[in-house]
Amino acid sequence: MADVSTIAETPGTATSAVAGTPRRRRRSARLSPLLVAFVLVPFAVESIWVFWPALQGFWFSLTRWDGQTPPEFIGVDNYVELAGDATFRGALLNTVIWLVLFGGLSVVGGFGMALLLQRERRGVGFYRAALFTPVVFSLVVTALVWRVFYQPDGLADQILRTVGLEHLIRPWLADPKTALYAVILPALWRQIGYVMVLFLAGLKAIDPALQEAARMDGANGWQRLWHVTVPQLKGVNAVVLSVIVIDSLRSFDIVWSLTKGGPYHSSELLSTYMYSAAFQSLRLGYASAIAVVIFVLALAVILGYLVRAFREEA
Amino acid sequence: MIRKLRTGTFHTGMVLLSLLWLGPVIWVVVMSTRTFDDIAANGVGSLPHSFTLDTYRQAWVDGGELRALVNSLLVTVPSVLLSLALAAVAAFALSRYRIPGRRTILLLMLAGNLLPPQILLIPVQKFSELTGLYDTLWALITVQVGFGLGFYTFVLHGFMRDLPGEIQEAATIDGAGPAQIFTRVMLPLTRPALAALGALSFTWIFNDLLWAITVLRTDDRMPVTPALLALQGQFVSSWSVIAAGTVIAAVPTVAVFLRFQRHFIGGLAIGAVK
Repeated sequence: MADVSTIAETPGTATSAVAGTPRRRRRSARLSPLLVAFVLVPFAVESIWVFWPALQGFWFSLTRWDGQTPPEFIGVDNYVELAGDATFRGALLNTVIWLVLFGGLSVVGGFGMALLLQRERRGVGFYRAALFTPVVFSLVVTALVWRVFYQPDGLADQILRTVGLEHLIRPWLADPKTALYAVILPALWRQIGYVMVLFLAGLKAIDPALQEAARMDGANGWQRLWHVTVPQLKGVNAVVLSVIVIDSLRSFDIVWSLTKGGPYHSSELLSTYMYSAAFQSLRLGYASAIAVVIFVLALAVILGYLVRAFREEA
Repeated sequence: MIRKLRTGTFHTGMVLLSLLWLGPVIWVVVMSTRTFDDIAANGVGSLPHSFTLDTYRQAWVDGGELRALVNSLLVTVPSVLLSLALAAVAAFALSRYRIPGRRTILLLMLAGNLLPPQILLIPVQKFSELTGLYDTLWALITVQVGFGLGFYTFVLHGFMRDLPGEIQEAATIDGAGPAQIFTRVMLPLTRPALAALGALSFTWIFNDLLWAITVLRTDDRMPVTPALLALQGQFVSSWSVIAAGTVIAAVPTVAVFLRFQRHFIGGLAIGAVK
């Protein structure tokens, strides 16, 4: 290490790629104020609108607050109340159902579509585009498209009538038995194309020689899928899983546009319950406690994601 | 023979699936051109018996979609430009210079973006009231920038880190400072990633509902997404007007997608690989 001067960008370092430690030498140990600003300004913006509010959110969850008078500290009372709140438990259960059905089916559907459409052949471009189209729509647009579909005497009812299943017809979004599932379906419709694109990118990166070798060894289609393709997708799988869990816990727009969590909280998710507790019932402390629960559920996933990202950075 | 049969089955199945995906969209587009009387007489599920474009005029003018669309663009365009600019400088400094604690900063910024927004809603609303930004488009712009920054920085960092160091060294020898290296060397090389993120963030911000209804209250200031929900309340049973409003709200993101298709899909893939 001959060159430890504060300014590493001396002519000698230009050829340091051969010298073994190009990274260390290339960079200046003296930071210009401009570079500090480059990092600090964005970080400050995010601190103001994300980090600081997040900390405040935790604090608010320990208070009773109507938004007008100052918040009053009440310890863990909000959490105690949550434990006995039937609506909250219903919303928690619905969120888990949402996670399993919306998350699980979009992974299965997206992966299946990616496998079907991975080989370039005639028509594949069109099919991919068709499945991907709803991804660019907002969830509100998606909701309105499906609201038309679910209307009494709308397309859904017409189809059932045509195939002779008219006894199944019901007010899909207004029936507490079907509301949640009637909301999951449009969400899936929009998500499958997105997951498909992620998997298509992952499948493209797999070396075709691996498939060929497995085929030579006499592996059948399923075996090749399970023992060659799926393990090769490990990285993509982790990302898809994180994206799906985070998206599920964040899901709000589609429920809010279609049912607002009703009827009788039958399609209530933690996110919609939190929103109505905060901005309709004006129970800001209680709503913050619900938000903390959502945060804790998301945390496990985020940690997994970050641990992976960290390893990649290292 | 078997091969032909399999190809046939594949295409039949895929055409049916594509129809399942495109069908509802086509249905809404067709429905937006039906008259009120037609829908009242024949129902929402029937084939069209009429054609009109007056529904678009109603959604556009009476329903306030024009103003909402303007609001959306006033929020989306500055938000995209600002967040990409801030993310690009942060990513540049963090990836090309030995900033102390750079890895922690980067991961902290990413973690902020992965937070469920619910935990931020109440504090953000209160903060925007405190600063007098509440119910202005500025509130929405700054929230969007703050919340999106972490992810954009992370993706751009991954991209810039993989650019060859020799170019930067050569520029340094020629006497260029960080500012010049950033604008003359790194930025042009980062263009594909910026285009991809730009297209993606445009649709994300344009399509947002939650932040808009958290920091805005006045109907006149709402962007297209919440305005569409309001339209639904205003034209309760005028399904063709609601359908026309839906089409109008979907057009900008579809246009951006079609224009930047390659970047768009590529951007999603960047997200997957990182």
